[in-house]
Amino acid sequence: MPEYTLKIRRFDPESGRAAYWESFQVELPPERSVLDGVLQARDTQDGSLSIRCSCQAAICGSCAVRINGRTGLACNTKIGEAFERAKSFGHDEIVVEPMGNMPVIKDLIVDMDAVHWKKVKRVVPWLLPAGDPPEREYVVPPESMIDVTQTMACIHCGACVGACLSLEVDPEFIGPAALAKAYRFVGDPRDAATEDRLRDLAEDPHGLYDCTHCFACVEVCPKGVAPMDQIMRLRRRATADYGIKDRNNGYGHEKAFVDLIERYGTLHEAQLLPRSYGQGSLIRSQIDPSSLKQLASSLPTVINGLKSGKVSPKAALWHHKLPDQKHVRRIYKEIHSKDERLELNLYIVGESGGETEGAMAEGSQES
Amino acid sequence: MPQHDVLIIGAGLAGQRAALAAAEGGASVGIMSKVHPVRSHSNAAQGGINAALNPEDTWESHAFDTVKGSDYLGDQDAIEVMCREAPQQILDLEHLGVTFHRNEEGRLGTRAFGGASAARTYYVADITGQAILHVLYEQLMKHSEVRRYEEWFVTSLMRDENGRISGAVARNIRDGRVELFVAKAVILASGGNGQIYNPTTNALICTGDGIAMAYRAGATLMDMEMVQYHPTTLAGNGLLITEGARGEGAHLYNAKGERFMEKYAPNKMELASRDVVSRAEQTEINEGRGFPDGTVALDITVVPRKRIHEALREIVMVGRDFAGVDITREPIRVKPGNHYTMGGVKTDIDGQTDIPGLYAAGECACVSVHGGNRLGANSLLDTLVFGRRAGAHAAEITAQLPMPKPDRSWVEAEERKIREIVSRERSGRRGAEIKAELGKTMDKYAAVFRDEEGLQTALETVRRLKEEAKTVATDDKGTVFNQDVLAALELGFMLDNAECVVVGALERKESRGAQFRTDYPERNDEEWLKHINLNLSEDGTPEISYSDVTITQWQPEERRY
Repeated sequence: MPEYTLKIRRFDPESGRAAYWESFQVELPPERSVLDGVLQARDTQDGSLSIRCSCQAAICGSCAVRINGRTGLACNTKIGEAFERAKSFGHDEIVVEPMGNMPVIKDLIVDMDAVHWKKVKRVVPWLLPAGDPPEREYVVPPESMIDVTQTMACIHCGACVGACLSLEVDPEFIGPAALAKAYRFVGDPRDAATEDRLRDLAEDPHGLYDCTHCFACVEVCPKGVAPMDQIMRLRRRATADYGIKDRNNGYGHEKAFVDLIERYGTLHEAQLLPRSYGQGSLIRSQIDPSSLKQLASSLPTVINGLKSGKVSPKAALWHHKLPDQKHVRRIYKEIHSKDERLELNLYIVGESGGETEGAMAEGSQES
Repeated sequence: MPQHDVLIIGAGLAGQRAALAAAEGGASVGIMSKVHPVRSHSNAAQGGINAALNPEDTWESHAFDTVKGSDYLGDQDAIEVMCREAPQQILDLEHLGVTFHRNEEGRLGTRAFGGASAARTYYVADITGQAILHVLYEQLMKHSEVRRYEEWFVTSLMRDENGRISGAVARNIRDGRVELFVAKAVILASGGNGQIYNPTTNALICTGDGIAMAYRAGATLMDMEMVQYHPTTLAGNGLLITEGARGEGAHLYNAKGERFMEKYAPNKMELASRDVVSRAEQTEINEGRGFPDGTVALDITVVPRKRIHEALREIVMVGRDFAGVDITREPIRVKPGNHYTMGGVKTDIDGQTDIPGLYAAGECACVSVHGGNRLGANSLLDTLVFGRRAGAHAAEITAQLPMPKPDRSWVEAEERKIREIVSRERSGRRGAEIKAELGKTMDKYAAVFRDEEGLQTALETVRRLKEEAKTVATDDKGTVFNQDVLAALELGFMLDNAECVVVGALERKESRGAQFRTDYPERNDEEWLKHINLNLSEDGTPEISYSDVTITQWQPEERRY
């Protein structure tokens, strides 16, 4: 049977000692999980090695850790594959450490209450229906239930929270899991507080628009919840459906982005900032006093951009259009011609969509 | 020192439902679990929840199917209560926000399930348990007046001088502090004991803690020999493939390509009750018609792909991640595997045990609605109906009672017990080795087919392991997340459970439901249409007694599917 070395990040809060690395040799078939490896080490070598785990089937969400730098459930990461990945980085040990963005309590156990659950509570995580319930069930479109089931599939393992790059910069960010949970109510036709929820999340400086669209949460989610997709859907609901013009300029930024791409095919960076402050309009940003004030406060960013060469005065004034810009316009026209916005989710499109996404996730992880 | 009218131990569906009902009844409520509530094993219930909600369906039909499924060992008064209350439970959950599957008209839609004469299983894809658990937890977060103790491990139940339950002693897993919880009533909702078997579909937390604590406190355990083997589990790791797969139309084949259920249940085929299908599979395997790895094939490819992705998505992931099989394209190998504890702490229809102030609900309890064999999608229903009833009853009773006096000696005793474990020097095998031997032994001798000789071997092994477990030492001497010492305590609980299962199986000299004795292959209503009760005797072994099965309107008949 193959032997593997697990290099595990240990921490004992009672020892007064800093965290340290310890290696364990385990023997397992390659298709068994990293969790099986950790448990074998605990059961045969050191009973003090601590990890939360229960179902061993990617359902209970207890065992999220970082394996070779990538966050995931230890129970559905095959030890053979983890070893191959380690080898591809030039290592002969599988590195297992606690998730990021949350305080470590002991060994591989992090404080989920202090971060994850606090954020979940932030989004008012219960249904707010209007008035008394009907005598029988609420009658709702069948697709709506399948749609929110994608976010109901979240097992609160915290992998996305641990991997979120925005959270690393802004610990106050509501974060991927809690925002996905918010979509579970926003997308639920039985909930009567949709607009209030959206306004609340849009106006929060650590809310909807704090996500930088990096896909980390989509890559690491073991259940296909795709939290970032849910965040983007919350944004579309907030802007397109409710026209919520938030004080974070999320609305304006998105509109500016979309308009600029339609016009130029690529991002006209010099116009992005002013247009964002003017709710998408360049003219408004230059006459509206509040926009002017915000624009002035962004001057250091502009100067940095000029200094680093990211923006040059010439490129700022004459942004070139894509040679085949008409194709971009055609895509826009096609989308605008639809009466309804198509919102696809994994429970509806099935695995083919999932496979593409998975393949993309693998590719971007390697780079 | 925390004090509550009602203290609930376990925060799966039964526990959370009990907590909400007790709070609604005006009680001050504490709910405690050794894991965060959403980690509870109710999560793993995939297929759905039964209710005769459709106007064409009747609760009597649901009740009869349940009685027949139980092989007439279920108490019919309790089954009637469960089936009558089922529709309202579904509607309550729907109103709270469970995202149940809808039909074309946007109304609640159903799927077919085993042993049922109508399609009456309501579901959320194949994550029904998880969806309900998470929605109930949403309600617990909303009702912040219910005090939650997450990651606390209960070590014993406290009684007053009159033998009435007066609370519990628990260790905070995060810092090792042992605390006294005073309560006028305690509701056990701590789940089953699947971990005494290996493999099992049950999570690592399912160690029968509540069943063992109640037994040690003097409560009666009932029908402990009735252990369900689920027909479709993965070889090796024991992971569950939902009965919903067969409900959606999947077929079972042996290695010769025969749809063998034709022989065993010509009418219901793959949707016969679980004991019947498991025995059929095991017979095929034992007689050489299985695959070399001791399995048969479950073919889900007959279900349309779109429907699989919509309704069996979890199973797609289980197949892909844990068996390397794309279930939409090829059959998956399955075998019967340990799944559910039909027996447990004996209760009445309000969840009351025979110890005043002690209640039990859900898998740890035996009301008994499942008798010798539980129907698929009746377990979620059991947790909700009897969780609610226990919570409501406890709230009503405790409103009139004074708060019990705290007795610190209980804490000191538990602290001593833990200190003693932590201070042991290693002199023998590790706890994990003892647990592994227990699991293999139970799976070998107390599984689908049983006989006197094998069960005697199992009993001797379990009793030897019980002695050995008293010497288990820990590597972890600390107080923060000392999972080592918790594992030692759990091992003790598991061994008590295992002893009772084996003693019950030895005692019941007939074949009924999940208990099939090759040396007594017939059901024997004359002698064994009765419950087997076990109580802890002075010498530390289970003392056997019997109680009647309640029959209201369905006389025992021969069981055919």
